[in-house]
Amino acid sequence: MAITRGFTGRRRQAERDPRLPPGQYDVGRSWPVLTAEATPRVDAERWSLGIDGLVANPTSWSLRDLKKLAGQDSDTYRGDIHCVTTWSKLDTSFTGISLDTLLEIAQPSPEATHIVEESTTRYRTNLPLEDVTGGKAWVVWEHEGKPLSREHGGPVRVIVPHLYFWKSAKWISRITLLDRDEPGFWELNGYHDRGDPWLEQRFDGD
Amino acid sequence: MTETGHDRRLAAVWRDARVVDVRHHGDLAVILRLDVPDRVIHRPGQHYVVRLRAEDGYTASRSYSTVSAPSDDLVELYVERVPDGEVSGFLAEVVEPGDELECRGPIGRWFAWDGRGPALGIGGGSGVAPLVSMLRHAREVGRPELLSLAVSARTAADLPYREELEAAGALVALSREPGARGIGPSRLDAAAIGAVADPGATAFVCGSARFTLAMESYLLSAGQPEGSIRVERFGPSGEIDEDEADT
Repeated sequence: MAITRGFTGRRRQAERDPRLPPGQYDVGRSWPVLTAEATPRVDAERWSLGIDGLVANPTSWSLRDLKKLAGQDSDTYRGDIHCVTTWSKLDTSFTGISLDTLLEIAQPSPEATHIVEESTTRYRTNLPLEDVTGGKAWVVWEHEGKPLSREHGGPVRVIVPHLYFWKSAKWISRITLLDRDEPGFWELNGYHDRGDPWLEQRFDGD
Repeated sequence: MTETGHDRRLAAVWRDARVVDVRHHGDLAVILRLDVPDRVIHRPGQHYVVRLRAEDGYTASRSYSTVSAPSDDLVELYVERVPDGEVSGFLAEVVEPGDELECRGPIGRWFAWDGRGPALGIGGGSGVAPLVSMLRHAREVGRPELLSLAVSARTAADLPYREELEAAGALVALSREPGARGIGPSRLDAAAIGAVADPGATAFVCGSARFTLAMESYLLSAGQPEGSIRVERFGPSGEIDEDEADT
Protein backbone atom coordinates (compact mmCIF):
# COMPACT_ATOMS: atom_id res chain seq x y z
CA MET A 1 0.00 0.00 0.00
CA ALA A 2 1.22 3.45 -0.92
CA ILE A 3 2.52 5.91 1.64
CA THR A 4 0.37 9.05 1.60
CA ARG A 5 2.53 11.94 0.41
CA GLY A 6 3.20 14.37 3.21
CA PHE A 7 1.33 12.47 5.92
CA THR A 8 3.04 11.86 9.22
CA GLY A 9 0.01 11.62 11.47
CA ARG A 10 -0.64 13.08 14.87
CA ARG A 11 1.18 10.32 16.61
CA ARG A 12 3.97 8.07 15.59
CA GLN A 13 3.03 4.43 15.46
CA ALA A 14 5.26 3.76 18.47
CA GLU A 15 3.52 6.42 20.57
CA ARG A 16 0.03 5.16 19.95
CA ASP A 17 -1.98 4.30 23.02
CA PRO A 18 -1.72 0.51 23.17
CA ARG A 19 -5.41 0.36 24.05
CA LEU A 20 -6.32 1.60 20.57
CA PRO A 21 -6.92 -1.17 18.01
CA PRO A 22 -5.51 -0.57 14.52
CA GLY A 23 -7.17 2.26 12.60
CA GLN A 24 -8.98 3.63 15.67
CA TYR A 25 -8.63 7.07 17.28
CA ASP A 26 -9.37 8.22 20.79
CA VAL A 27 -12.59 10.21 20.88
CA GLY A 28 -11.86 11.56 24.35
CA ARG A 29 -14.75 12.36 26.64
CA SER A 30 -17.41 12.62 23.96
CA TRP A 31 -19.48 9.70 22.84
CA PRO A 32 -20.76 9.81 19.24
CA VAL A 33 -24.27 8.57 18.53
CA LEU A 34 -24.67 6.17 15.64
CA THR A 35 -27.99 4.65 14.81
CA ALA A 36 -29.61 3.60 11.58
CA GLU A 37 -33.21 3.96 12.63
CA ALA A 38 -35.44 6.44 14.40
CA THR A 39 -34.54 6.65 18.10
CA PRO A 40 -37.37 5.01 20.05
CA ARG A 41 -38.88 6.17 23.32
CA VAL A 42 -38.84 3.06 25.46
CA ASP A 43 -40.85 3.22 28.67
CA ALA A 44 -38.60 1.79 31.38
CA GLU A 45 -41.63 0.82 33.46
CA ARG A 46 -43.07 -1.35 30.71
CA TRP A 47 -39.83 -2.55 29.18
CA SER A 48 -38.79 -6.18 29.46
CA LEU A 49 -36.00 -8.40 28.23
CA GLY A 50 -36.69 -11.97 27.18
CA ILE A 51 -34.24 -14.77 26.55
CA ASP A 52 -35.70 -17.46 24.33
CA GLY A 53 -34.92 -19.91 21.56
CA LEU A 54 -32.75 -22.90 22.44
CA VAL A 55 -32.95 -22.58 26.20
CA ALA A 56 -34.43 -24.92 28.80
CA ASN A 57 -36.01 -22.05 30.69
CA PRO A 58 -37.18 -19.10 28.55
CA THR A 59 -37.31 -16.12 30.89
CA SER A 60 -38.37 -12.51 30.79
CA TRP A 61 -37.28 -9.76 33.16
CA SER A 62 -38.48 -6.25 33.85
CA LEU A 63 -35.87 -3.61 34.64
CA ARG A 64 -36.85 -3.94 38.29
CA ASP A 65 -36.27 -7.72 38.10
CA LEU A 66 -32.84 -7.17 36.59
CA LYS A 67 -31.84 -4.62 39.21
CA LYS A 68 -33.01 -6.94 41.97
CA LEU A 69 -31.12 -9.82 40.43
CA ALA A 70 -28.00 -7.68 40.13
CA GLY A 71 -28.40 -6.74 43.79
CA GLN A 72 -26.27 -4.28 45.68
CA ASP A 73 -23.10 -5.01 43.83
CA SER A 74 -24.31 -4.96 40.24
CA ASP A 75 -21.73 -5.78 37.60
CA THR A 76 -19.67 -2.96 36.22
CA TYR A 77 -17.61 -3.06 33.07
CA ARG A 78 -14.77 -0.59 33.05
CA GLY A 79 -12.71 -0.40 29.92
CA ASP A 80 -12.75 0.62 26.30
CA ILE A 81 -15.34 0.52 23.51
CA HIS A 82 -14.67 0.62 19.78
CA CYS A 83 -16.93 1.78 16.97
CA VAL A 84 -16.41 0.55 13.40
CA THR A 85 -16.52 4.18 12.24
CA THR A 86 -13.00 4.43 13.80
CA TRP A 87 -13.57 6.09 17.16
CA SER A 88 -12.74 4.40 20.42
CA LYS A 89 -13.81 5.59 23.83
CA LEU A 90 -11.24 4.62 26.42
CA ASP A 91 -11.71 3.87 30.10
CA THR A 92 -15.44 4.27 30.34
CA SER A 93 -17.88 2.33 32.50
CA PHE A 94 -21.23 0.64 32.30
CA THR A 95 -23.27 -0.87 35.09
CA GLY A 96 -25.81 -3.64 34.81
CA ILE A 97 -25.71 -7.39 34.97
CA SER A 98 -23.47 -9.93 33.32
CA LEU A 99 -25.18 -11.85 30.53
CA ASP A 100 -23.67 -14.96 32.14
CA THR A 101 -26.05 -14.51 35.08
CA LEU A 102 -29.08 -14.32 32.79
CA LEU A 103 -27.97 -17.27 30.68
CA GLU A 104 -27.44 -19.29 33.86
CA ILE A 105 -31.12 -18.81 34.57
CA ALA A 106 -32.29 -19.41 30.99
CA GLN A 107 -30.03 -22.48 30.61
CA PRO A 108 -28.88 -22.69 26.99
CA SER A 109 -29.45 -26.06 25.32
CA PRO A 110 -26.31 -28.00 24.40
CA GLU A 111 -26.95 -27.42 20.68
CA ALA A 112 -27.08 -23.59 21.02
CA THR A 113 -24.11 -22.02 19.24
CA HIS A 114 -25.18 -18.44 18.49
CA ILE A 115 -27.36 -15.64 19.73
CA VAL A 116 -29.31 -12.86 18.07
CA GLU A 117 -29.82 -9.64 20.04
CA GLU A 118 -32.99 -7.83 19.03
CA SER A 119 -33.97 -4.24 19.85
CA THR A 120 -37.41 -2.75 20.28
CA THR A 121 -36.72 -1.20 16.84
CA ARG A 122 -36.22 -4.71 15.36
CA TYR A 123 -32.53 -3.99 14.90
CA ARG A 124 -30.76 -7.32 15.10
CA THR A 125 -27.17 -8.40 15.51
CA ASN A 126 -25.74 -11.91 15.67
CA LEU A 127 -22.91 -13.31 17.78
CA PRO A 128 -21.36 -16.68 18.55
CA LEU A 129 -22.37 -17.80 22.05
CA GLU A 130 -18.72 -17.91 23.06
CA ASP A 131 -18.46 -14.15 22.41
CA VAL A 132 -21.10 -13.38 25.05
CA THR A 133 -20.21 -15.89 27.77
CA GLY A 134 -17.36 -15.99 30.27
CA GLY A 135 -17.51 -12.34 31.37
CA LYS A 136 -17.62 -10.77 27.90
CA ALA A 137 -21.12 -9.31 27.68
CA TRP A 138 -23.44 -7.29 29.90
CA VAL A 139 -26.98 -5.99 29.91
CA VAL A 140 -26.58 -2.43 31.22
CA TRP A 141 -28.71 0.51 32.38
CA GLU A 142 -26.06 2.95 33.59
CA HIS A 143 -23.18 4.71 31.92
CA GLU A 144 -20.58 6.25 34.22
CA GLY A 145 -23.03 6.19 37.09
CA LYS A 146 -25.93 7.82 35.29
CA PRO A 147 -28.99 6.26 33.67
CA LEU A 148 -28.24 5.31 30.09
CA SER A 149 -29.63 8.00 27.76
CA ARG A 150 -32.15 7.23 25.06
CA GLU A 151 -29.70 8.02 22.24
CA HIS A 152 -27.25 5.53 23.62
CA GLY A 153 -29.78 2.76 23.95
CA GLY A 154 -31.53 3.56 27.20
CA PRO A 155 -33.19 2.39 29.26
CA VAL A 156 -31.31 -0.87 28.71
CA ARG A 157 -28.79 -2.06 26.14
CA VAL A 158 -26.29 -4.83 25.65
CA ILE A 159 -22.55 -4.24 25.63
CA VAL A 160 -20.04 -6.66 24.14
CA PRO A 161 -17.00 -4.38 24.38
CA HIS A 162 -14.41 -6.70 22.83
CA LEU A 163 -16.21 -6.44 19.46
CA TYR A 164 -17.12 -3.37 17.38
CA PHE A 165 -20.02 -1.63 19.05
CA TRP A 166 -22.68 -2.44 16.44
CA LYS A 167 -22.62 -5.87 18.11
CA SER A 168 -23.94 -4.20 21.28
CA ALA A 169 -27.65 -3.71 20.61
CA LYS A 170 -29.34 -0.59 21.97
CA TRP A 171 -32.90 -0.81 23.38
CA ILE A 172 -32.49 -4.56 23.83
CA SER A 173 -35.75 -6.48 24.08
CA ARG A 174 -34.91 -10.06 23.21
CA ILE A 175 -31.98 -12.42 23.06
CA THR A 176 -32.59 -15.59 21.08
CA LEU A 177 -30.34 -18.64 21.18
CA LEU A 178 -29.90 -20.53 17.93
CA ASP A 179 -28.04 -23.57 16.62
CA ARG A 180 -26.77 -21.54 13.65
CA ASP A 181 -25.42 -18.15 12.70
CA GLU A 182 -28.13 -15.78 11.52
CA PRO A 183 -26.73 -12.48 10.15
CA GLY A 184 -28.35 -9.37 11.61
CA PHE A 185 -28.94 -5.87 10.28
CA TRP A 186 -25.44 -4.55 9.59
CA GLU A 187 -24.15 -8.05 8.88
CA LEU A 188 -26.63 -8.17 5.97
CA ASN A 189 -25.75 -4.61 4.99
CA GLY A 190 -22.09 -4.90 4.21
CA TYR A 191 -20.43 -5.26 7.60
CA HIS A 192 -18.34 -8.11 8.95
CA ASP A 193 -20.02 -11.10 10.57
CA ARG A 194 -17.92 -11.06 13.75
CA GLY A 195 -16.36 -7.59 14.07
CA ASP A 196 -13.16 -8.04 16.09
CA PRO A 197 -11.52 -4.57 16.28
CA TRP A 198 -8.05 -6.03 16.86
CA LEU A 199 -8.34 -7.88 13.54
CA GLU A 200 -10.00 -4.85 11.88
CA GLN A 201 -12.98 -6.95 10.86
CA ARG A 202 -14.98 -3.95 9.73
CA PHE A 203 -16.64 -4.89 6.49
CA ASP A 204 -17.77 -7.99 4.69
CA GLY A 205 -14.62 -9.40 3.09
CA ASP A 206 -12.16 -8.20 5.77
CA MET B 1 -28.76 -1.82 -9.38
CA THR B 2 -28.20 -5.00 -7.52
CA GLU B 3 -25.10 -5.81 -5.63
CA THR B 4 -23.75 -9.31 -5.58
CA GLY B 5 -21.59 -10.91 -2.91
CA HIS B 6 -18.78 -10.63 -5.42
CA ASP B 7 -19.25 -6.85 -5.62
CA ARG B 8 -19.30 -6.65 -1.86
CA ARG B 9 -15.91 -8.32 -1.58
CA LEU B 10 -14.55 -6.09 -4.33
CA ALA B 11 -15.85 -3.03 -2.50
CA ALA B 12 -13.88 -4.05 0.60
CA VAL B 13 -10.59 -4.05 -1.32
CA TRP B 14 -8.28 -1.09 -0.66
CA ARG B 15 -7.44 0.77 -3.82
CA ASP B 16 -5.01 3.56 -4.61
CA ALA B 17 -7.22 6.30 -5.99
CA ARG B 18 -5.79 9.29 -7.82
CA VAL B 19 -6.89 12.75 -6.76
CA VAL B 20 -8.15 14.53 -9.87
CA ASP B 21 -9.66 17.66 -8.39
CA VAL B 22 -9.56 19.49 -5.06
CA ARG B 23 -12.05 22.25 -4.30
CA HIS B 24 -12.64 24.10 -1.09
CA HIS B 25 -15.95 24.98 0.46
CA GLY B 26 -14.65 27.98 2.35
CA ASP B 27 -13.03 26.83 5.57
CA LEU B 28 -15.78 24.32 6.09
CA ALA B 29 -14.84 21.47 3.83
CA VAL B 30 -12.81 20.16 0.97
CA ILE B 31 -14.39 18.44 -2.01
CA LEU B 32 -12.23 15.71 -3.51
CA ARG B 33 -12.80 14.10 -6.87
CA LEU B 34 -11.07 10.76 -7.14
CA ASP B 35 -10.31 8.39 -9.95
CA VAL B 36 -10.80 4.99 -8.32
CA PRO B 37 -9.37 2.11 -10.37
CA ASP B 38 -11.73 -0.83 -11.03
CA ARG B 39 -14.32 0.69 -8.78
CA VAL B 40 -17.57 -0.90 -7.75
CA ILE B 41 -20.41 1.43 -8.73
CA HIS B 42 -22.03 2.90 -5.62
CA ARG B 43 -25.66 3.51 -4.76
CA PRO B 44 -26.45 7.10 -3.78
CA GLY B 45 -26.08 7.40 -0.01
CA GLN B 46 -23.20 4.97 0.33
CA HIS B 47 -19.83 6.04 1.64
CA TYR B 48 -16.14 5.55 1.08
CA VAL B 49 -13.36 5.10 3.60
CA VAL B 50 -10.17 7.08 3.02
CA ARG B 51 -7.00 5.88 4.72
CA LEU B 52 -3.84 7.93 5.21
CA ARG B 53 -0.62 6.05 5.70
CA ALA B 54 2.59 7.44 7.23
CA GLU B 55 6.04 6.07 6.51
CA ASP B 56 6.23 4.34 9.86
CA GLY B 57 3.06 2.41 9.12
CA TYR B 58 0.74 4.60 11.18
CA THR B 59 -2.65 4.89 9.54
CA ALA B 60 -5.76 7.00 10.09
CA SER B 61 -8.99 6.43 8.23
CA ARG B 62 -12.39 8.12 8.08
CA SER B 63 -15.62 7.61 6.19
CA TYR B 64 -17.04 10.18 3.79
CA SER B 65 -20.30 10.25 1.89
CA THR B 66 -20.23 9.95 -1.84
CA VAL B 67 -21.67 13.02 -3.52
CA SER B 68 -21.28 12.00 -7.15
CA ALA B 69 -23.91 10.13 -9.13
CA PRO B 70 -23.17 6.46 -9.78
CA SER B 71 -22.73 7.28 -13.47
CA ASP B 72 -19.99 9.87 -12.79
CA ASP B 73 -16.54 8.73 -13.95
CA LEU B 74 -15.08 10.03 -10.71
CA VAL B 75 -16.01 9.57 -7.07
CA GLU B 76 -16.72 12.88 -5.36
CA LEU B 77 -16.38 13.06 -1.59
CA TYR B 78 -17.41 15.92 0.66
CA VAL B 79 -14.96 16.12 3.54
CA GLU B 80 -16.18 18.33 6.35
CA ARG B 81 -13.30 19.93 8.23
CA VAL B 82 -13.37 18.81 11.82
CA PRO B 83 -11.77 21.27 14.25
CA ASP B 84 -8.28 19.93 14.78
CA GLY B 85 -9.16 16.96 12.58
CA GLU B 86 -6.24 14.74 11.79
CA VAL B 87 -7.64 13.35 8.54
CA SER B 88 -9.91 16.15 7.32
CA GLY B 89 -7.23 18.76 8.06
CA PHE B 90 -4.69 16.83 6.03
CA LEU B 91 -7.08 16.29 3.14
CA ALA B 92 -7.93 20.01 3.09
CA GLU B 93 -4.44 21.43 3.52
CA VAL B 94 -1.98 19.02 1.98
CA VAL B 95 -3.65 16.93 -0.69
CA GLU B 96 -3.43 18.16 -4.26
CA PRO B 97 -4.33 16.80 -7.68
CA GLY B 98 -2.08 13.94 -8.70
CA ASP B 99 -1.73 12.56 -5.17
CA GLU B 100 -2.75 9.01 -4.42
CA LEU B 101 -5.09 8.16 -1.59
CA GLU B 102 -5.97 4.71 -0.33
CA CYS B 103 -9.68 4.17 -0.29
CA ARG B 104 -12.28 1.45 -0.12
CA GLY B 105 -15.95 1.41 -0.92
CA PRO B 106 -18.76 1.75 -1.53
CA ILE B 107 -19.81 0.79 1.99
CA GLY B 108 -23.23 0.47 3.60
CA ARG B 109 -26.38 -0.75 2.00
CA TRP B 110 -28.96 0.71 4.36
CA PHE B 111 -28.70 4.46 3.86
CA ALA B 112 -28.84 4.00 0.09
CA TRP B 113 -31.41 4.78 -2.56
CA ASP B 114 -31.63 3.01 -5.89
CA GLY B 115 -33.61 5.75 -7.66
CA ARG B 116 -36.76 3.69 -8.02
CA GLY B 117 -39.26 4.31 -5.21
CA PRO B 118 -40.22 7.72 -3.87
CA ALA B 119 -37.75 9.20 -1.41
CA LEU B 120 -37.60 12.15 0.93
CA GLY B 121 -34.16 13.47 1.81
CA ILE B 122 -33.72 15.64 4.89
CA GLY B 123 -30.24 16.98 5.55
CA GLY B 124 -28.61 19.37 7.96
CA GLY B 125 -25.31 21.05 7.11
CA SER B 126 -22.80 18.57 5.74
CA GLY B 127 -25.58 15.98 6.02
CA VAL B 128 -26.75 17.09 2.59
CA ALA B 129 -23.79 15.34 0.92
CA PRO B 130 -25.40 11.91 0.39
CA LEU B 131 -28.65 13.62 -0.62
CA VAL B 132 -26.85 15.44 -3.42
CA SER B 133 -25.74 12.07 -4.78
CA MET B 134 -29.39 10.99 -4.71
CA LEU B 135 -30.38 14.20 -6.47
CA ARG B 136 -27.79 13.78 -9.20
CA HIS B 137 -28.84 10.19 -9.69
CA ALA B 138 -32.55 11.06 -9.87
CA ARG B 139 -31.71 13.58 -12.58
CA GLU B 140 -29.53 11.08 -14.44
CA VAL B 141 -32.24 8.44 -14.58
CA GLY B 142 -34.85 11.02 -15.54
CA ARG B 143 -36.92 10.62 -12.37
CA PRO B 144 -36.36 13.87 -10.47
CA GLU B 145 -39.97 13.78 -9.27
CA LEU B 146 -39.22 10.73 -7.10
CA LEU B 147 -37.03 12.69 -4.72
CA SER B 148 -38.10 15.56 -2.44
CA LEU B 149 -35.48 17.39 -0.45
CA ALA B 150 -35.56 19.56 2.65
CA VAL B 151 -32.25 20.90 3.88
CA SER B 152 -31.02 23.33 6.46
CA ALA B 153 -27.91 25.17 7.49
CA ARG B 154 -27.13 28.24 9.53
CA THR B 155 -26.37 30.47 6.57
CA ALA B 156 -26.41 30.18 2.79
CA ALA B 157 -22.61 30.05 2.83
CA ASP B 158 -22.71 27.11 5.25
CA LEU B 159 -24.90 24.99 3.01
CA PRO B 160 -22.87 22.67 0.78
CA TYR B 161 -24.06 22.48 -2.84
CA ARG B 162 -26.57 25.24 -2.17
CA GLU B 163 -27.06 26.31 -5.77
CA GLU B 164 -27.53 22.78 -6.97
CA LEU B 165 -30.07 22.10 -4.21
CA GLU B 166 -31.99 25.31 -4.83
CA ALA B 167 -32.06 24.68 -8.58
CA ALA B 168 -33.59 21.29 -7.87
CA GLY B 169 -36.38 22.86 -5.86
CA ALA B 170 -35.20 21.72 -2.44
CA LEU B 171 -36.85 23.31 0.56
CA VAL B 172 -33.97 25.34 2.01
CA ALA B 173 -34.09 26.60 5.59
CA LEU B 174 -31.43 28.99 6.84
CA SER B 175 -31.63 29.51 10.57
CA ARG B 176 -29.20 32.40 10.94
CA GLU B 177 -29.35 34.14 7.61
CA PRO B 178 -29.61 37.82 8.37
CA GLY B 179 -32.59 39.44 6.72
CA ALA B 180 -34.36 36.27 5.69
CA ARG B 181 -34.98 36.27 2.00
CA GLY B 182 -38.68 35.83 2.40
CA ILE B 183 -38.85 32.42 0.85
CA GLY B 184 -38.92 29.18 2.72
CA PRO B 185 -38.88 28.62 6.45
CA SER B 186 -35.99 29.66 8.65
CA ARG B 187 -35.94 26.26 10.30
CA LEU B 188 -37.02 22.76 9.49
CA ASP B 189 -39.59 22.72 12.26
CA ALA B 190 -42.60 20.48 12.83
CA ALA B 191 -44.70 22.43 10.34
CA ALA B 192 -42.07 22.41 7.60
CA ILE B 193 -41.42 18.70 8.00
CA GLY B 194 -45.15 18.01 8.31
CA ALA B 195 -45.59 19.57 4.89
CA VAL B 196 -43.00 17.35 3.21
CA ALA B 197 -43.62 14.08 5.09
CA ASP B 198 -44.80 11.35 2.75
CA PRO B 199 -45.82 8.02 4.27
CA GLY B 200 -45.31 6.36 0.90
CA ALA B 201 -41.68 7.46 0.63
CA THR B 202 -38.52 6.27 2.30
CA ALA B 203 -37.18 9.11 4.42
CA PHE B 204 -33.39 9.57 4.48
CA VAL B 205 -32.36 11.79 7.36
CA CYS B 206 -28.75 12.89 7.63
CA GLY B 207 -27.02 15.32 9.96
CA SER B 208 -25.97 15.82 13.56
CA ALA B 209 -27.40 13.78 16.40
CA ARG B 210 -29.49 16.72 17.56
CA PHE B 211 -30.75 17.49 14.04
CA THR B 212 -31.65 13.91 13.20
CA LEU B 213 -33.41 13.35 16.53
CA ALA B 214 -35.56 16.42 15.93
CA MET B 215 -36.33 15.45 12.32
CA GLU B 216 -37.27 11.92 13.35
CA SER B 217 -39.75 13.15 15.89
CA TYR B 218 -41.30 15.65 13.44
CA LEU B 219 -41.60 12.91 10.82
CA LEU B 220 -43.20 10.51 13.27
CA SER B 221 -45.70 13.15 14.40
CA ALA B 222 -46.51 13.84 10.77
CA GLY B 223 -47.44 10.20 10.27
CA GLN B 224 -44.26 8.99 8.59
CA PRO B 225 -44.08 5.26 9.46
CA GLU B 226 -41.20 4.44 11.79
CA GLY B 227 -39.98 1.70 9.47
CA SER B 228 -39.65 4.12 6.55
CA ILE B 229 -37.12 6.36 8.30
CA ARG B 230 -33.43 5.77 7.66
CA VAL B 231 -30.93 7.81 9.60
CA GLU B 232 -27.28 8.64 9.12
CA ARG B 233 -25.37 10.65 11.67
CA PHE B 234 -21.83 11.55 10.94
CA GLY B 235 -19.00 13.97 11.32
CA PRO B 236 -18.02 15.82 14.43
CA SER B 237 -21.58 17.02 14.65
CA GLY B 238 -22.62 13.39 15.01
CA GLU B 239 -21.35 13.71 18.54
CA ILE B 240 -23.19 15.06 21.48
CA ASP B 241 -21.63 15.79 24.78
CA GLU B 242 -22.75 13.89 27.80
CA ASP B 243 -24.57 16.84 29.27
CA GLU B 244 -26.52 17.25 26.05
CA ALA B 245 -27.46 13.63 25.81
CA ASP B 246 -30.90 13.91 27.35
CA THR B 247 -32.27 16.64 25.15
